[in-house]
Amino acid sequence: MARVLINIPREIRAGETIAIRTLIQHAMESGYRPGADGNVVPRDILRRFTARFDDEVVFAAEFSPAIAANPFLSFTMNVVAGGTLTLRWEGDNGFDQTETRRITVA
Amino acid sequence: MTTPRRLLLVAAPALLLAPAIAHATPDAMAAALREFTGGAEVRRGRVAMDISPLVENGNTVPLSVIVDSPMTEDDHVRAIAIFNERNPQPHVITAHYSARSGQALLATHIRLATSQNLLAVAALSGGTFWSDSAQVVVTLAACLEG
Repeated sequence: MARVLINIPREIRAGETIAIRTLIQHAMESGYRPGADGNVVPRDILRRFTARFDDEVVFAAEFSPAIAANPFLSFTMNVVAGGTLTLRWEGDNGFDQTETRRITVA
Repeated sequence: MTTPRRLLLVAAPALLLAPAIAHATPDAMAAALREFTGGAEVRRGRVAMDISPLVENGNTVPLSVIVDSPMTEDDHVRAIAIFNERNPQPHVITAHYSARSGQALLATHIRLATSQNLLAVAALSGGTFWSDSAQVVVTLAACLEG
């Protein structure tokens, strides 16, 4: 499991648009870089990120090798009521990681 | 006054250092853009791309894009795509939004192989496309050479 950092505002009021910041540990090997032996290191990147709030997709992104190592993403979401935020990263070589966070409104 | 011969002299070292690695070209970027828009007209405006004009390290370059949109069910941003001219691939990232997103905002860190132009394109729910471009100078390129 890759290490993940997820930043969600601590206090959320109903109807507020919040910014969520995520960072996941991943080398994002571009497939263009020669390794120590002189051969090109095969590509190994994350391809897709999906953020769901109670099974409704609020944000999704497709990555190319031009995304830096340890992909950082920031996006916004309108919170009407509390629910579960599900973040999923999918990538090459069967990479698939899902993180969930409970969101409550004050 | 500089004569053409002097100009050649100035340009010669640059010609010798021309990279052997294949880069995406402005044509490749235009092709990737056509794939995203389906050939529709792209107008300038409504999109604001924020990136440092002088980048010291091309391996991780903070980039943010914000699109002016009310983000309602009738009028929202469907997607934002970032393209570049001279990385090995013209596509950088495509992000998808809905009215639930609240704001059409994208912030990430990207790689830049060399100094080049970047293009951010937003696809609106009404079927129109808007864009913003930025020119970036990179002093240390993203590691293509290892």
